Amino acid sequence: MHSHLLWLGLFADSFGFESMFMQFWRIREKILNINESTTGNRVIVSVNAIGGVRRDLNPEQQRWILSELSEVEKMIKTLEAPLFEDYTVKKRTVGKGILSAEKAMELGTVGPTLRGSGIAQDMRSLGYAAFAELDFSPVTQPNGDCWSRCKVRFLESLQSIDLIRQAVTRLPNGEISAKFKGRPDGEIVSRVEQPRGEVFYYIKAKGDKYLDRLRIRTPTFANIPALLTMLPGMYLSDVPVIVLSIDPCISCTER
Amino acid sequence: MFKMTPNILKNLITEKATRLYPFEVRAPYDNVRGELTNDAEKCNFCGICAAKCPSQCITVDKKNATWQCEMFSCLFCGICVESCPKKSLTQELAHRKPVREKEIIFIQGEVKAKEIPNDSESR
Repeated sequence: MHSHLLWLGLFADSFGFESMFMQFWRIREKILNINESTTGNRVIVSVNAIGGVRRDLNPEQQRWILSELSEVEKMIKTLEAPLFEDYTVKKRTVGKGILSAEKAMELGTVGPTLRGSGIAQDMRSLGYAAFAELDFSPVTQPNGDCWSRCKVRFLESLQSIDLIRQAVTRLPNGEISAKFKGRPDGEIVSRVEQPRGEVFYYIKAKGDKYLDRLRIRTPTFANIPALLTMLPGMYLSDVPVIVLSIDPCISCTER
Repeated sequence: MFKMTPNILKNLITEKATRLYPFEVRAPYDNVRGELTNDAEKCNFCGICAAKCPSQCITVDKKNATWQCEMFSCLFCGICVESCPKKSLTQELAHRKPVREKEIIFIQGEVKAKEIPNDSESR
């Protein structure tokens, strides 16, 4: 969620809407504060462990998270009209960098880039972790332009608030981590939804101390080819907006 | 253009979201994983922290009783603190202050075999 808010701020900044950038990053700070007080770190939370998590939420923290979230929701909703109905913003985003649904599937795009073209593909609906117990449906927008991709991310950040609410209210008590022993043997493929889209893990092990093979395909790697269809024929000033609309993370891709 | 105006006007009357850092520092939350410190008195230089560290920023030399940590590689995940058998590694609540040059934290402990009474901590 903080990643989506970061992106919404950067996207507003890419067409020169600096005050919107400030508003979104102000909201993001609340999410980072929740991260810091519950996990111990702001961005690299380091709370996942093999077999579970390293820290539990106490009831006081749960109440605090819910109250902070309702405030965050209110703050995000006030920004909906200026971001999507403003004349200048529409002029810079509507019809820019169009990616049709067929082309999006053909190029293998993932995440909000694909959902912005009207295809409801979300790895969370596979039901890994606790997502099978939560009620949600993928957010889609039909047009496949920068405006649609922005709208998808905006609605997804609201969807995340709903998901966290559901998860916190239905949080069971008990052990937070399962014990494991021995070394892994065999291979596994895992598909997980990240803010930028589907991330693909492949791990192969032979029961040794070290893994035999590990491959991670990050969402940006899958989304970069889509720029080839988005960019031709666009004005040079629209290039930053279009490139940012796939939310590129170069450090993720360069591995 | 006028859709943003209510927000801007509201910002003029609401309190500031920023602080005058570094003159004004926010109180840290409980259980925050901040600066990593090693107590040379307690440390037995076993090297478990170096083996467990995911970013491989800790180097331990058992023979010469030295413990080094490259703070710029550290993720502050706290795995070393959890795995320390002597509880000599601790994390403070405050984060490290920004510095101008790369520094490596170097701790020299007591070399047990030769019994040299050299117990100093230097950065």
